[in-house]
Amino acid sequence: MATTEPVAKLVEAFSKLPGIGPKGAQRLTYYLLRSPVEEARALAEAVLALREKIRLCSVCFNITDCDPCLICQDKERDHSKICVVERPSDIPPLEQTGKYSGVYHVLHGTISPAQGIGSRELKMKELLLRLQDGQVTEVILATNPNVEGEATAMYLRQMIQPLEIRVSRLARGLPFGADLEYADAMTLRQAIEDRQEF
Amino acid sequence: MGAPRNYQAHAVVIKETRIGEVDKILTIYTPELGKLKAVARGACRPGSKLGGNVEPLTYSLLMLAKGRNLDIVTQSQTADAFPALKSDLWRMACGLYILELVDSFTVENNENRPLFDLLLNSLNWLCQSDNNETVLRYFELHLLDCLGYRPQLQRCVICNSPIKPVVNFFGFGQGGILCSNCGQEDPAAHSISVEVLKVLRLWQRCDYATARRVVLKSELALELEQVMQGYIKYLLQREVKSIAWLDELRKTQFDNGHGRN
Repeated sequence: MATTEPVAKLVEAFSKLPGIGPKGAQRLTYYLLRSPVEEARALAEAVLALREKIRLCSVCFNITDCDPCLICQDKERDHSKICVVERPSDIPPLEQTGKYSGVYHVLHGTISPAQGIGSRELKMKELLLRLQDGQVTEVILATNPNVEGEATAMYLRQMIQPLEIRVSRLARGLPFGADLEYADAMTLRQAIEDRQEF
Repeated sequence: MGAPRNYQAHAVVIKETRIGEVDKILTIYTPELGKLKAVARGACRPGSKLGGNVEPLTYSLLMLAKGRNLDIVTQSQTADAFPALKSDLWRMACGLYILELVDSFTVENNENRPLFDLLLNSLNWLCQSDNNETVLRYFELHLLDCLGYRPQLQRCVICNSPIKPVVNFFGFGQGGILCSNCGQEDPAAHSISVEVLKVLRLWQRCDYATARRVVLKSELALELEQVMQGYIKYLLQREVKSIAWLDELRKTQFDNGHGRN
């Protein structure tokens, strides 16, 4: 079936997105065709703004539309604590807890030997530079509790150790709503080792 | 009667690929079926019943259901989580190197019981050993054995003459030792000292308990590593990616005295 060029172009563009196949791309395209023109324009402008305005903060490497980002600019926050995360998307859930008032550092990945990703491919040198001024008293390692996240955390711990800065790791153990019967051995081991006064 | 829809398998998880938000495709190595790929649905969700049982570097008992394309992991129980591997940076890097080698050299649905035993034993040796370089070299040598690439170390693979106790050569393309005359004619051959050849010959036929008693000087350990990794690179026709990470750890002072002595 011959399709007009703008429709075919948008279907092709949508189908390049993760998780969207050709049929899904077609459905989205025809939805936009039926929707009010303002909706389509708002979407186009949002996509453009994303690429034109969003960049990485020069301090913490989080995504931002102003440099330094709002978190790094905030004088109320505790700049002596840095929480190291894998990706920018790890920051909002930590912020939602309302329990952390320090600043962040985004590594943009984890050490993954099988994919050829070592420390040089991550923002580790930049973290080390941030720690040189003597202002930071604690680094909280918030990489994921899996093999690659652990390797990254262990590497960072050894990298930071000579600077005599406190290094902590997010607690590991049983998640809320979990079932003890089905917990894996590593998690249970951690949960027992890191148990707390109740 | 057709094949059962559900089956159990002991498996070492050798690789994971995240799909979607919470699912994973696992690459596992089993004693009965060799390498397999299976889907672990919801494994990345906090509180998932699969969770830590299906992480790489874990030996688990899995219940799998036959799927149209890939089988699906329905239940799991950790048999050995190798905590000593996961809590030490250098040991973990060695373990990941072993997993990458197994993944690179094997094809799916090809049973190889000796290879499974070697894999499981090597992960255990890594947990117990202080000299992980010996574990790695012993693993590499016996991995090649299990796969049919056992290097010929007794006679020259070109002229069949006995090997003299002088500097000889290892021919990657020929799959074994070249005498000093034949080796000089092959520019791709790697020189091999008498000591390294003796170690390779011993390790090829002895068990790990004997192999680990061999104490290697750092130059010999380096030569041994170059010969083995050169042969592996030739067979795979590409670099093993984890080597770069092992090298990075060795170069930094972070390995806390582990690694090559």
